[in-house]
Amino acid sequence: MTMMWIQILLVVGVILAGIFLARPARGDSHLALRRLFMLLFVIVAVVSIMVPQWLTWLANLVGVGRGADLLLYALVLAFLVTVATSYRHNVATNRKLTLLAREITLARAAAEDAGRGDAA
Amino acid sequence: MQPPSQQTTADPKRHAPDTWVVVPLFNESTVIGEVVRGLLRSFDHVVCIDDGSTDGSAEVALRAGARVLHHPINLGQGAALQTGFSYVATKPEARFVVTFDADGQHRIEDALGMLDLAKSEDAAIVFGSRFLDTRTDPGVLKRIILKTAVSVTNLTTGLRLTDAHNGLRVIRSDAVERIHLDQDRMAHATEIVLKLGRTGLPWREYPVELLYTDYSKAKGQSVLNSVNILVDLLVR
Repeated sequence: MTMMWIQILLVVGVILAGIFLARPARGDSHLALRRLFMLLFVIVAVVSIMVPQWLTWLANLVGVGRGADLLLYALVLAFLVTVATSYRHNVATNRKLTLLAREITLARAAAEDAGRGDAA
Repeated sequence: MQPPSQQTTADPKRHAPDTWVVVPLFNESTVIGEVVRGLLRSFDHVVCIDDGSTDGSAEVALRAGARVLHHPINLGQGAALQTGFSYVATKPEARFVVTFDADGQHRIEDALGMLDLAKSEDAAIVFGSRFLDTRTDPGVLKRIILKTAVSVTNLTTGLRLTDAHNGLRVIRSDAVERIHLDQDRMAHATEIVLKLGRTGLPWREYPVELLYTDYSKAKGQSVLNSVNILVDLLVR
């Protein structure tokens, strides 16, 4: 069985999403990538609306029958990336929340200790 | 790594002045009072980190005589341990930290024995292990899960432990200061081994018995939670 182009592209896309998920979070480059991705998304969307045949042409190029199918595949991939990014974002937010809560706990404890002449 | 048995008749308060016992506490109101009172018979400094309990555990621990710190929200056992470590780090008299579970499954004699070992052999870290002898019988399924956890821990940390996820540990203050736990939930048990191992400080294992009461069995780790631990460790 010969691999179709779309299969290769999708598998690579899924693996990239996985790597992206496992990579340690980096603020700035992460944000830049997301903005570039958004820009690309807007351009592709506009072109697809203006020239609908273009999507089918692109689909045929990578071995998919219809443009609508290609759109679905792209949507699945985009969903996966969204899940990955929101998970990472969640982890980072929880980290901050933990540090904040710990600071509050320790500040309160220090105040109590000072109040009772430091007896643990 | 044999248990030093000659100390059994020694003074139970021999480690009281320089040891802080850190007890992560979350909804254990029925047993925490007895655990704290038991600990205070051997230790002067018992710190419970109340991790947002909703059943009045904090009040019970306080009345039993523990120093109680309050997390404003529930963060998880790993986060509670780290809060305890950070708190003890502010105490210049503290030479050792004992981590002790709130559900009453650890024996205080084991903690004292581990401190004896740490002091006599100048070990910075003593891990309690229930698998060094045959006193503890966790049951077949739990044994499989725990042994898998040990394998994963050993694989990721490079240490050769016989038990992971044992809440009883003795950690010298210099080792405590060199680690910071980022795993808020149960994966901290592997993380703490990993980070303590990275300090390169001398460590030992000590045979302990876990008291599997009906209470601790009912509260214990579910099989599904081991999936969470694995994912927490692999996906950061």
